[in-house]
Amino acid sequence: MGDNYEVIGKSVPRIDGVAKATGRAKYTGDLKFPNMLVGKILHSPHAHARILNIDTSEAEKLPGVKAVITHRDVPSTKYGLSPARWDETIFCIDKVRFVGDKVAAVAAVDEETAYKALKLIKVDYEVLPAVFDPYEALKEGAPQIFEEYPGNVNTEIHQHFGDVDKAFEEAYHVRRDFFSGQRTYHSPLEPHASIAFWEGDKVTIYCSTQSVHYLQYHLARVFGMPMGNIRVLKTHVGGGFGGKIDPTGLDFSAVKLSQITGRPVKMLFDRKEMFYNNRGRHAQYMELTTGVTKEGKILGVHANFVMDGGAYTGLGVASAYYAGALLTVLYDFDNYKFDMVRAVTNLPGCGAQRGHGQPQPRFAFESHLDHIAEDLGIDPLEIRIINARKPKTVTINDFRVDSYALKEALEKAREISGWRDKKGKLPPGRGIGVGNGGFVSGAGYPCYRTDLPQAVAIIKVHDDGSMATLYTGAVEIGQGSDTVLLQMAAEAMGYPLEKMRIVASDTDLATHDFGAYASRQTLMSGWAVKKAGEEIKDKILKTAAEMMLVVPEQLDVKQGIVFLKAHPEESLTFEEVARTYFVKYGQLIGQGSYKPPKLGGTFKGAAVGTSPAYSAATQVAEVEIDEETGEIKVIEAWDVHDCGMVINPALLHAQVHGAFYMGMGESIWEEVLFDENGDVANGNLAEYRMPTALDMPPVTSELVDSIDPNAPWGVKEVGEGATTPTMACLANAIYDAMGVRIESLPLTYEKVWRALKEKREKEKEKA
Amino acid sequence: MQKIEDHSGTKYYLITLKVNGDSYTRAVKANTLLVNVLREDLDLTGTKKGCELGDCGSCTVLLDGKPVNSCLILALEADGHEITTIEGLAQNDKPDKLQEAFVENAAIQCGYCTPGMIMSAKALLTRNPHPTEGEVREAIAGNLCRCTGYVNIVKAIMSAAEEQQ
Repeated sequence: MGDNYEVIGKSVPRIDGVAKATGRAKYTGDLKFPNMLVGKILHSPHAHARILNIDTSEAEKLPGVKAVITHRDVPSTKYGLSPARWDETIFCIDKVRFVGDKVAAVAAVDEETAYKALKLIKVDYEVLPAVFDPYEALKEGAPQIFEEYPGNVNTEIHQHFGDVDKAFEEAYHVRRDFFSGQRTYHSPLEPHASIAFWEGDKVTIYCSTQSVHYLQYHLARVFGMPMGNIRVLKTHVGGGFGGKIDPTGLDFSAVKLSQITGRPVKMLFDRKEMFYNNRGRHAQYMELTTGVTKEGKILGVHANFVMDGGAYTGLGVASAYYAGALLTVLYDFDNYKFDMVRAVTNLPGCGAQRGHGQPQPRFAFESHLDHIAEDLGIDPLEIRIINARKPKTVTINDFRVDSYALKEALEKAREISGWRDKKGKLPPGRGIGVGNGGFVSGAGYPCYRTDLPQAVAIIKVHDDGSMATLYTGAVEIGQGSDTVLLQMAAEAMGYPLEKMRIVASDTDLATHDFGAYASRQTLMSGWAVKKAGEEIKDKILKTAAEMMLVVPEQLDVKQGIVFLKAHPEESLTFEEVARTYFVKYGQLIGQGSYKPPKLGGTFKGAAVGTSPAYSAATQVAEVEIDEETGEIKVIEAWDVHDCGMVINPALLHAQVHGAFYMGMGESIWEEVLFDENGDVANGNLAEYRMPTALDMPPVTSELVDSIDPNAPWGVKEVGEGATTPTMACLANAIYDAMGVRIESLPLTYEKVWRALKEKREKEKEKA
Repeated sequence: MQKIEDHSGTKYYLITLKVNGDSYTRAVKANTLLVNVLREDLDLTGTKKGCELGDCGSCTVLLDGKPVNSCLILALEADGHEITTIEGLAQNDKPDKLQEAFVENAAIQCGYCTPGMIMSAKALLTRNPHPTEGEVREAIAGNLCRCTGYVNIVKAIMSAAEEQQ
């Protein structure tokens, strides 16, 4: 792959690598502005309470405190990342709905003073009964958390395609299983940060964000300002994984506090506050019923799910739809029913985390499928090959899938993992498992309803042609988009990568783009960049044709050399052609814009899950279980990905490593826990147990050839899809090793130990 | 150590830190953390703050050559000691071998853990120039990375060690 290309398909080092390795790279929290204040938010100590009174007078009197704000000082406009449910205000007005809800904020000369001021704010609460479990929340008589969600039902979905009942009647075998997932949190290493300052009626916000556009849009909406008066930009971002896509209390508070004080205000979450802000993975409760033929062909599936949304919606409606929508993509079946209730509870609100909504359903489905394979006496890998979707097909819920090499991924994974020699043949305590996954390569529609293009890019070649700058709104959060988009720009232009610069994600200086979420940038921002680069190439060839007295069709340009295709030795440099263009016509600029065609069906919720292209991934893992303690050791893992054309193989495989790592953490150790009052009990990085270097096994990341016709150069996503197979892959490996099925995430040592104990007791009874 | 009081009676201590070869004298409170002196007073923001609890390792610096979480060290405790931060590794703007190895091996994604990770690796390679992979993993087990799964980080450290030979 990539042999015909000059710049793409090559593992060039990331452009921000040296800055990050030497400590020069500045993140939002590293920035300082003259006269800057520090802001902090006062969080609710109660899970559910009525606010009777807020007295800020003592806090205001504290020397060094410059402003104290509550709901009285800010608009009461409700917001949320998705307009499906706007239910959050900058500060709570009459009620708090979880421990950590936003009540007030202060700005002071330093952090110590700000913390002291928070303690001086007196809030009178009338504590209300709270509910922390979605099933309890859905019971009659449960505490009512929002007026607008009777019975605490936030989202209810009932979709039916084909005829599932008939499929079950016709099936040789019908099986029902129940699985549950846990609440997890992205935990990027860089805590959220926001700095705001005003000049006249314009405000600038430096933010650690995944989308400068959505933040600008929501600030404008809530504060009633023109978008043009709000500049959102970022420096380096220390990881996101979905957690930095929602606007936070920091952003709104910093804007207001800096307006009142006339000074820059910097605000940071500490580690526990990050868990309060949350927007991490929903805990889902998943009942799956599937009917199959004797040969293992899936005839119909019924997914009946409940999810714990926590207190606010954000992107949660989309999470709920995603949970069911993407179940139809991997395997081809004609009958599907999806029922979902997203309940609100008095816990922090959930949202999108790597793989948005679907890693837990994939855990459930892939575990379920292993049971079905066992019932039928079919090899688990084989049943997946039997059902794997073929390219150029349409799912039962109207997603068009053009390139799709899941079958090839399965076959390759079988080969490189040594599956045939290992499955059922490993020594006691060892097991091997398989899981499949994949994701959208960009959501077909933006988070709010708009006819704006998905992405716009501009490339400006500097006057003498010695340098070119790419302007994009795509957001580099560590995944490598700046590097990959520059590679794409250089390739399209026929220009050397080393001479390119980038101005990205700045609503004033760069271009429009919805940002880093739904694995969209390589495909969507990439389309805009490719078109911009091709416009430059077009202008260069026309100008060179004039200079060489030929027609443009006789010319090509590669790596900064314009040449006659028939006589490559007859050439001009890109620089001299660009300079001539500049003298004759003005600045050499190319621009591109991308908007996908209309995608998906017309039923309610049809937009969620649509995408120009779908990735597919197979993971196989080998585990070793300590029978005495239940301890799980992941010995080795293999990932085979269908991610289309690869722009930068090194960065791509690094995404797979990280995705497997995060999936493994969620599989075995990670879970956000709460105490009896609904406060986060493990809101730190020692007790929220992310794997360390000692826990990580060797991972082999391989690819299958695939080019998607709807994508620039045929690219697809990788970063999220590779998290989605992991949980089931490990659960299935544990089952293979010990014959025990852990149906709830995380697959803790204790759960394995208990299951083994139960199994032994049952065996003893039988004997 | 000289003690000073301001008008309100708050006590400050005059400390001298030798950071990346240069001496800096600052007045700090008894509870001031080393990480905050480095970041706020000396503008050495390459040392990151990820948790302020000693859990993540993002703030790792070398104190007399030993890796420490600078969020767990009081500035007072560092008085008179030699501190090396990520900014002190490059010589005349030439990055250290470890820094180069991190870039070349795609061991960096968001980069937030990178300075701390490199400092832990630097301490390892100084005391043990030819570590096994297990020793590398142990040496960086106190440095969390959320992006890379440590795969390329381990590879980078091993390759820097090989290059030293």
